[in-house]
Amino acid sequence: MTSGLALLAFLMVATAVAGSMLIGARILRVVSTKNERLKTSTYECGEVPSGMAWVRFHARYYVVALFFVLFDIETAFLLPWATIVREVGVRGLVAVGSFVVVLMLGWVWASRKGALQWQ
Amino acid sequence: MNELIHGGLYGGMIVGVLMTTTAMALWFERKFAARMQSRLGPTMVGPSGLLQPFADVVKLLQKEDIVPFQADRVLFNLAPPLGAIAAISVAAVIPFSADIIAADLDVGVLYLLAIGALGVLPVFIAGWGSNNKFALLGGMRALAQSVSYEVPLVLAALVPVILTGSMKLSAIVEFQATHHWLVVWPFFLGVPAFIIFMLAMLAEANRIPFDIPEAESELVAGITTEYTGIKFALFYMAEYVHTLVASAVGAALFLGGWDGPFAPGLGWMVAKTLALFGFVYWLRWTLLRFRSDQLMALCWRYLVPAGVVLVAASAVWVVWVG
Repeated sequence: MTSGLALLAFLMVATAVAGSMLIGARILRVVSTKNERLKTSTYECGEVPSGMAWVRFHARYYVVALFFVLFDIETAFLLPWATIVREVGVRGLVAVGSFVVVLMLGWVWASRKGALQWQ
Repeated sequence: MNELIHGGLYGGMIVGVLMTTTAMALWFERKFAARMQSRLGPTMVGPSGLLQPFADVVKLLQKEDIVPFQADRVLFNLAPPLGAIAAISVAAVIPFSADIIAADLDVGVLYLLAIGALGVLPVFIAGWGSNNKFALLGGMRALAQSVSYEVPLVLAALVPVILTGSMKLSAIVEFQATHHWLVVWPFFLGVPAFIIFMLAMLAEANRIPFDIPEAESELVAGITTEYTGIKFALFYMAEYVHTLVASAVGAALFLGGWDGPFAPGLGWMVAKTLALFGFVYWLRWTLLRFRSDQLMALCWRYLVPAGVVLVAASAVWVVWVG
């Protein structure tokens, strides 16, 4: 039973559930005849919103993204090795170990620099 | 063709049960929270308020659909169904018993990690599409949080993969049934990995103490600020389904899944899942919310190195001890 087809069928069921809820709401929901500008404006504590919300982000999010890419690539390398740890034995352990040690040295450096602090 | 029918039938069954359990979980949470705070909770709709969630769904179906005129309409409307689909899809690879499993993929663990990580994108799409400052803040924080907790999550999930030598969830449970549950032996690897896994899963599902994206006391309602009616309900449902599925995955990976004496496999799996699920609610009504910076510090400074050490230790254990 290792097939993408079964998975595809499951995904179709999941989509059907979400879709049927939206369609049900479309049939059942009330529709107002009045459409005031104030009602469809975004919420900002009752005031008229000042400007758009699409603004620049804080740079700390960029640091998080960088770290994520680093460590996610690490896990991408670890995943195939994880299933055959027994077969490759000590040789695999040394190879993966040296790679992880280098990565963690980077982690120590970043930690010293204070990059892991969320200022 | 057979596969397609199998997937569809079991998918329909599993999703049906999942939806019903989610509705009941809403009731359970309200009742449980009420008891913890010396209240009664819902009592009016049905016996002890059991039909309250269904009444809520009917109410939400009838609500007017408001789209802010400044919002990005396509993204705004796309986000809630995407969130619900991503949350439900993870259930495809969970073995509920020896034969109740919709799609027993060879790369089951990889699949559930990948789809689980996908769940944050609709949250961010909603935050961005709303064109609301509170929603955008919630979405940004959700993205940073999920992306960070992805790393300890994968590292913790690697421990059962290394110990059992397979990414197939049914094979992992099979291994635990013939050897020991991973939290029993080797417990010094299984227990910490289990704790990290559940913490990271909670963070991905945005549950308290990790519900930064929806922090209602700081960000109005976070990403759901501008959503009304069924779209709001879809987000809410996605969160509950995600928690439920996370509990099931935790039970399968670390607590031996459907393995157990005296009772049929399905009963054990359901019991373990619901026990974990109940524990999550207990946490939710006991703890306060973390601050955003504390959350990131916990992840990068403690959970990531702990996860790396665990992975290394389990690899050494497998090579030298077996």
